[in-house]
Amino acid sequence: MKHVSLLALAAASALGALPALAADAGLQTLREEITQMRKSYEQRIEALERRLVQAEATSTQAKTTADKAATQTARAGEGKANAFNPEIGLNLQGALTKTTRDPANWTMQGFVPPGEPDEIGPPRRRGFTAQETELTVAANVDPNFRGYLNLALTPGNAVELEEAYFQTLGLGAGVTVKGGRFLSGIGYQNEIHPHAWDFADAPLAYTAFVGNKLTTEGVQVKWLAPTETFLELGLEGGRDNSFPGGARNKSGTGIGAAFAHVGGDVGPSNSWRAGLSYIATRPGGRSYEGVDAAGLATTVSFAGDSRTAVADFVWKWAPNGNAKERNFKLQGEYFRRNEDGRLSCAERDTSGACGGAAGLADSYRSTQSGYYLQGVYQFMPNWRIGYRYDRLDSGTPSFGPTLVATDLPQLASWKPVRNTVMADYATSEFARLRFQVARDTSRGAGLADTQVWLQYVMSLGAHGAHKF
Amino acid sequence: MRKLVCLMLLALALPAQAALKVFSTVPEWAALAREIGGDKVEATSATTALQDPHHVDARPSLIARARNADLLLATGAELEVGWLPVVQRESGNPRIQAGQPGYFEAAGLVRMLDVPARLDRADGDVHAAGNPHIQTDPRNFLAVGEGLAARMAQLDPPNAAAYRAGYAAFAERWRTQLKRWEVQAAPLKGVAVVSQHKAWAYLYDWLGMREVAALEPKPGVEPSLAHLARVRDQAAQSRPRMVIRAAYNPARPAEWFAQEAKVPAVVLPFTVGAPEADNLTALFETTVQRLLKAVR
Repeated sequence: MKHVSLLALAAASALGALPALAADAGLQTLREEITQMRKSYEQRIEALERRLVQAEATSTQAKTTADKAATQTARAGEGKANAFNPEIGLNLQGALTKTTRDPANWTMQGFVPPGEPDEIGPPRRRGFTAQETELTVAANVDPNFRGYLNLALTPGNAVELEEAYFQTLGLGAGVTVKGGRFLSGIGYQNEIHPHAWDFADAPLAYTAFVGNKLTTEGVQVKWLAPTETFLELGLEGGRDNSFPGGARNKSGTGIGAAFAHVGGDVGPSNSWRAGLSYIATRPGGRSYEGVDAAGLATTVSFAGDSRTAVADFVWKWAPNGNAKERNFKLQGEYFRRNEDGRLSCAERDTSGACGGAAGLADSYRSTQSGYYLQGVYQFMPNWRIGYRYDRLDSGTPSFGPTLVATDLPQLASWKPVRNTVMADYATSEFARLRFQVARDTSRGAGLADTQVWLQYVMSLGAHGAHKF
Repeated sequence: MRKLVCLMLLALALPAQAALKVFSTVPEWAALAREIGGDKVEATSATTALQDPHHVDARPSLIARARNADLLLATGAELEVGWLPVVQRESGNPRIQAGQPGYFEAAGLVRMLDVPARLDRADGDVHAAGNPHIQTDPRNFLAVGEGLAARMAQLDPPNAAAYRAGYAAFAERWRTQLKRWEVQAAPLKGVAVVSQHKAWAYLYDWLGMREVAALEPKPGVEPSLAHLARVRDQAAQSRPRMVIRAAYNPARPAEWFAQEAKVPAVVLPFTVGAPEADNLTALFETTVQRLLKAVR
C-alpha cells in the first residue's frame, strides 16, 4: 500500500512538474524575446536620446506588453532623476528691417521717452537683426505653487530678467496670488508675450504709456467671481522700476495697478473680453536726455503723480468656434495719462536756456491719450492678414512761468499716427513668418517713416499654453 | 430678520448641494458623466463636436466655468495641452488642479496606441503618451466609466451608491450594444481605408480595419494638393474602400481624394453632439452605419 501511495505520489508530483517545466520553457523563450526586444529598444532609445536636447530631459523606457506586440511604448522620464526637470521652452525671433529714416534717432514727438528702448517696440536697427530670444522655464513647485522664469536674451548680448514669479494654485475661492517680477495684468496685450503678438512691434500706445509693456515687481492678487459670466478683479503693488514710474527710493509700493475684466461667449462662434485698468505711480525723478532750444544737451526730470487709465476689449470670431480654418480677431485699447508734479531741466554746460548746470524747476501738468485698433483675419489655414491703426494725442503740457515751451522741444504738442498692414504664414503653430509694412509719423511733422519688416517667430521645446 | 438670514444661508448652501458640477474638455466625457450620474451631475463640455479639440482658446467663459467645477474631466495624453493648463491656473480653483481628486484624465485608464518611438516636432503634432483620440473605440468607455464612477463617488460620497449603480446599468447596456455593433460591423474587418487626420487608431483597432494612408502629411499639418496627389498614387495599390474624416475636419481634402480615388468620403461624428450623434449610443450607431454604408 505504502509503495502504491509513494508511486502515486511520485507520479502525481511528476505530472505536476511537467506543465511547470513546459511553462518554464515557455517563460524562458518569452524572457529571451523580451530581452531581445528590450535590447533593440535600448538601441533605439540611445539613438533617440542623442537627438534630443539635453534640457528636454526625456528619457524613454520601453515596455512590451504581451497582448499587443504592435503597441510601441515609450514613456517619458520614468524613474529617472531628471524626470522632475521643468518645462523648458525657447522662442527665437529675428527680423530683416528696412526704414526710410535712421532708427537710431527715433523719438516720439510730444511724449516723454519711455525708458530704455527695447526690441519689441519700433525698429531699433536696420538690416538683419536678432530680436529678443525668450527662454522660459516653468514647473509646479509643490501642490500649492507654480514657478515661472522668462529670460530675454537681447541682440546686445545682455540677459534681461523679463519675468520670474511664483503663482499660487491652491488658495481657493477664486483667488490667485502672484509674487516676483511679472507682466502686469493691465489692459489686454500687456500679459501676452511678444512671440504671440499679431504684429512685429508693440502698439504705439503701449510704447508711449508703459514703455512697450508694464512689468510689476511685487505682488498681484486676483479674484475670479463665481459667476457664469467671466469677471476678474485684480490688484497689484510693487517696485516702480518700469516706466512710467522711476527713481523713487522708499519702502512699500512704488507703483499700484488695479484692473477688472469681464468676458463671455455669444453663441458658439463668438467670444469677447473687455476691461478697465488703472495705474498709479509717483516717480521721484524720472529723467530723459533732451536738447534745449539752442540744441544744447539737457537732462529733464519729472517728479510727481502719474496716473494712467486703460480701457481694452477683444472680440474673436471663428465659425462654430473652430479657429483652425478661418477666424477673425478684433482688438483695441485706449490709454489716458494724467501727470501732475514738478519738472526740472538742466544743461551739462554751465550756462544755457534751462539755467545751465544749476537748472530750472517748474510745476508741470499734462494729459495725454492714445489708442490702437487692429483686426487680424485668418482666411485659410496658416495664412493671416491684419491691419492696425495707431493714434496718439500728446496734448499741450502746462508749465508755470519759469520753464517755457522752447526749453522742452521734445514735449511740443503732436499727434502721431501709424498705419500698419501685416501678412503672415505659419507652417505650424510653432513657426511663423511675417511681412509687415508701417507708415509712422511719430517723429513729428514732415518726418514720416516707412518701416518694412520681414520677421520670423519660432517656438521650440515645451511650449506653454497661450492666454485668450 | 433671523428668517431672512436663514433663507439667505439656505440659498447659499443649496447650489453647493444641488449637483456635482462636472466640466469636461470634450463632449464624450460629459456624456459619459451624465450616463453614470444622471440627475446627480451637471455636466458641460468646453468644446463641441465641430471644434478641433487640439486648438481651443482659453476663453474667458471656460475659465469662469472651471472656477465653479467640482470635477474637471480631460482626455489627457496632451490633447488639451494648448489651452487647459491656462484655464486651470486662471480658474483659482484648487479642486481641479493636476494631482487633485477633482482632476480626472481618461487616457490613463486605457491602452494607448500610436505611442511614438521618438519625440520630435519634426514629426508634426505628436503626443508623447500616444494617440489621444481614445473615444473612437467604444470599449474604452467601460474602462473610463469605471474609473470615473469611482472618482465621482469619492468626490460626492452621499451619492456614491447612485454612481456605482449608474455605472453598472451603463456597463450592462453598453456590453449588449457592443456585441450588436461588433456583429453588424463584421463586414468591415480587414477593410482598407484612408483617414484625413490620424484620429481613428482606436476605431480601426476595434473593428479590425486597416489604415493604409493619412491625408495629413504629419499629424495636425494641412495637406497640400501635391501631397494629396502623392497619397492618391501610393494608396492606389492597397485599394482603399473609403476616405474618413471627422465632422470638425475641413471637407476639401477628403472630398478631393474621394473624387480622385473614386471612393466614398465618409464623415464620422467623432464625438457626441455632431449631427446624428446626440448621445453615446447614437455616436457609435451612426459611426457603424456610415462605415457599413460605404462598403455596401
